[in-house]
Amino acid sequence: MSQSTSAMGNEKIKSSRRKFLKSAATLAGATIGYSWLKSSQVLLFAAEPKDESLPWYGIVIDIEKCIGCGSCAKACKKENDVPIEPFFFRTWIEQYTVKNDGSVNIVSPNGGIDGFEQTVPDEDIFKSFFVPKMCNHCSKSPCIQVCPVGATYDSPEGVVLIDEKYCIGCRYCVQACPYGCRFIHPVKKVANKCTLCYHRLKKNLAPACMEVCPTGARMYGNLRDKESELVKFLKEHTTQVLRPNLNTGAKLYYNALSSEVR
Amino acid sequence: MEPHYQHLYEILANAQGYIFPNEIDLQWGILIVVYPFITGLVAGAFILASLERVFKVKILKPTYQIALLTALSFLLVATMPLISHLSQPQRAYEIMITPHSSSAMAIFGFVYLWYLMVVLLLEIWFDYRHSMVVWSNKKKGVMKWVYKILTLGVSDISPRTVKWDRKLGYIITVIGIPSAFILHGYVGFIFGSIKANPWWSTPLMPIIFLFSAMVSGISLVMLVYMVISHIRKKVIDVNVLDAIGKYLFFVLILDFTLEGLDQIQRIYEAEESFEIIKLLVSGKLYLTLFVSQGLIGTIIPLITLAFLQFYKHQIKVRKTMYFIVSILVLIGVYSMRWNVVIGGQLFSKSFAGFTSFKVGLIGLDGTLMAAFWLILPIGILAFLLWLLPPWKMVEEEE
Repeated sequence: MSQSTSAMGNEKIKSSRRKFLKSAATLAGATIGYSWLKSSQVLLFAAEPKDESLPWYGIVIDIEKCIGCGSCAKACKKENDVPIEPFFFRTWIEQYTVKNDGSVNIVSPNGGIDGFEQTVPDEDIFKSFFVPKMCNHCSKSPCIQVCPVGATYDSPEGVVLIDEKYCIGCRYCVQACPYGCRFIHPVKKVANKCTLCYHRLKKNLAPACMEVCPTGARMYGNLRDKESELVKFLKEHTTQVLRPNLNTGAKLYYNALSSEVR
Repeated sequence: MEPHYQHLYEILANAQGYIFPNEIDLQWGILIVVYPFITGLVAGAFILASLERVFKVKILKPTYQIALLTALSFLLVATMPLISHLSQPQRAYEIMITPHSSSAMAIFGFVYLWYLMVVLLLEIWFDYRHSMVVWSNKKKGVMKWVYKILTLGVSDISPRTVKWDRKLGYIITVIGIPSAFILHGYVGFIFGSIKANPWWSTPLMPIIFLFSAMVSGISLVMLVYMVISHIRKKVIDVNVLDAIGKYLFFVLILDFTLEGLDQIQRIYEAEESFEIIKLLVSGKLYLTLFVSQGLIGTIIPLITLAFLQFYKHQIKVRKTMYFIVSILVLIGVYSMRWNVVIGGQLFSKSFAGFTSFKVGLIGLDGTLMAAFWLILPIGILAFLLWLLPPWKMVEEEE
């Protein structure tokens, strides 16, 4: 009797050991599998809205409304302590002039702050328009992807920001931005860019460039709120992002974007 | 006005076409040209050394330790141009403490440390341990202690232990070859993965970097071997040169083919960036790409090396030719680094214009500083050759 009990006991131990080994193997396999998947996410890079209660910001620029007055670029420099020298811009305006012969003339003297003068004679002009530029606050930002220390990051609202106390000034992000929106601040010696006036957004104030725009060519809003002005605009207009082939997940949408613009 | 702004105004006045206003100033200057050049020399020199060891190319024996010490000398300096180009160099350590997992650059510190500590230092240590023990027994005074410390207290030189040294050294070399590939392929990836820049963004970039690294490292070792032999008043073994020259020839052909393939692909596909790149190579890069990299650094060495495969007379002529070829190839690879790093920043990402670049003489980002980082490893190499002379090593029977 005692023998059989002990034999059964052995059997039990064996089967429980087998179970343990099985579950341990499954666990180990799952862990390895998960970490492998996780590491492949290192290569696949994207920011996603996490906190449902927060807005997920997008921007619209209506090229048809821009008159090239330069108020936005000027206000931005004032608001954000950007050096006045014509080499540092968080936002600027480009003037495109497509000539009758098909050639394109692009200018942005002092970022458009002082306004524009058309140098191409009227009879040679096929069409001309202004394109305000600023950070596209991409959801798959190449600049965030490449930062070696994680000094640049997505805010929970999808705004691309920089931690000035953390940036090492390697300039890799400046290289990675396809839109030329980043620069090294000559005084702070760290990367600098448009923050969508995050400090103002937090107080429910519009970004400086949008506040001063006399024609309302720029707007921002919550992409998640289907009732927002921004989403309504996107619904009613055919908009396009810059360099869509690069798949940066840009959240700056242009209305009436001409194919000459890069 | 600040001199820096003055400089920017001058560049602005010389800009051609349209460039984004933030693009006036080049972000990466001559130091970032020097950085991949140096790491390339490291990887190339190491791969040549590994050839001798792993593939048992006996003829290369006289260059084995030279190649390893050359690799070490340059590797010790490799991070310096990188750190000194940072705007916040005092924060450089952050890259090691809080690396950002999705950043190619963040891995640099680890790749570098792995290569330095695990591969190069260990391999050299296993190689030299036996000799260092013998030297510390022979020498007197400070040097006795220096060698003793370098042996890390492992003074056993019984045949069994020495055999283990050799075995472990061999294993490290085997690990080292892919490590050298990773080190430099990775440097290529830093550029090749930037999709915003069509001049950089190609999957071939890591491979091109790797082969040009091998080309430059092999040339450097050949040059160093000749110079050292000359200084030591020893005869330069032309058979060694022939063997290295043969490798150089084949790797150079591969390198040339890959770079040619890259360009042919660009021309044939002619994507949206094609026009601006065409203007770039036929204008601002003409001298450094076609003349310096193409003609001087590739075509002439290729023809000469091909000729040397058949021409086996006149030892003096051959030696002179190898000497010149190695210098030309180094000039060519340096130009290649220049064309990639500087060339990639000269055109605007609007594809509508060019900025210009004039390297200054002084300052942290100037020519003198770059020259210093290139000369310093040669000083280190001289010191290492004095400390660990390969020609005084204890001979071991195979």
